[in-house]
Amino acid sequence: MRKYVPKDNVQGKAYYTDRYHVVPSTPREDVSSDEVFVKHLEILSSKVEVNRAEIQLGSMIVEINHEDNFKALEILKNECGYAQLTEMSAVDYLAKDGNFEVFYQMLNLKDVKRMRLVMRIEQGVAVESVVPLYKSANFAEREMFDMFGIVSNNHPYMRRILMPDDWEGYPLLKTYPLQGDEFASWYEVDRIFGKDAREAIGPENRDPARVDRHDTKRFSRVGYEVEFGADISQGETKTAIEYSKTFLVDYQEADGVKPAEDRK
Amino acid sequence: MAQHQVNYASSGGLPVALTTVDHLINWGRSNSLWPLTYGLACCAIEMMASGASRYDFDRMGTIFRASPRQSDVMILAGTLSKKHSEFARRLYDQMTEPKWVISMGSCANTGGMFNTYATVQGVDRIIPVDIYLPGCAPRPETLQYALMMLQKKIRRESANMNNNKKQNLRLI
Repeated sequence: MRKYVPKDNVQGKAYYTDRYHVVPSTPREDVSSDEVFVKHLEILSSKVEVNRAEIQLGSMIVEINHEDNFKALEILKNECGYAQLTEMSAVDYLAKDGNFEVFYQMLNLKDVKRMRLVMRIEQGVAVESVVPLYKSANFAEREMFDMFGIVSNNHPYMRRILMPDDWEGYPLLKTYPLQGDEFASWYEVDRIFGKDAREAIGPENRDPARVDRHDTKRFSRVGYEVEFGADISQGETKTAIEYSKTFLVDYQEADGVKPAEDRK
Repeated sequence: MAQHQVNYASSGGLPVALTTVDHLINWGRSNSLWPLTYGLACCAIEMMASGASRYDFDRMGTIFRASPRQSDVMILAGTLSKKHSEFARRLYDQMTEPKWVISMGSCANTGGMFNTYATVQGVDRIIPVDIYLPGCAPRPETLQYALMMLQKKIRRESANMNNNKKQNLRLI
């Protein structure tokens, strides 16, 4: 099994340490290269403070302050024609920059343009919900809360969406262990049987290749059956396989007709 | 047809069958195993195929029931998430005794490829399992084989379930 290494500093370190490796980067263009985006950006920047604007892969990226998110999306929807919020969520940059990046991916079908509105927020800061503007934000904001713990203010139903309601921790944080923390690894046992059953059930087996052929509580070999929980570390004896017989008296056998089992 | 005709005159004279109660009860139990209609993931597709006409579970007396109160086998077909584990256990508890469990596929057996925080690492952590069926996903033939192994197991054990040594979590 792969060894678990702490992920606290995973963003601080280089992911790939080959000295000849060149980190691939997306080419960035100026917004002025696309006249439709220039128009949209003009409308937006006249009412909202824009920190950064560029074009990546034919899609405009605009960074704003997080307080302006509702206002900015309202302008983009009503005045720039971005009628669809196709995707929204967050990215964990806590270790790298000390904040989250929340993004709104939008589609304009009239001009056939896509753009992404991004904003940085500190941990523990809530954002304004955009459900009144886009219905698709309802589940997306719940998922953002579920996975990152970012609360959306004025959301109609701010609860976890994927994980159970009583779950502890936010699984999409980079610091969240893949195989779960103490709470996660005992969740089903605690929930069903209570904490007292932990000892009887034992910890999770996280090694998929683990085979314990001496385990006679869970497994039995056909033809080598032993008592429940018997110690077979010294080997087990072969037992005859008992085949079931029909409970009726087999008249045909008595008559000399070949038995049904052998005919097949 | 003639060769199947029972000749009472040459077989002891009377149509008498001698057997034990264990044998009789287990004969009945093993030949009418009614599984719960309960699919969790892609293994459920194979389970459905096993129940449909081509593989035809019905010929073994295995008819899927839509209620745990009417079922005596639970086929855990697929990935069991931790969120859902409570409901799986509740369905198991609602089934009447005697009851048996087939753990179908790698995910149900060990968690399989989902070595993550949200997946139960083997359903035997919460439900006692009688037959572990490997595969990802197991083909309908193997599910049939698992069912036949379960029938064989039932025929071998005592009709009084208290006398049977059950695995792990039967006590809880």
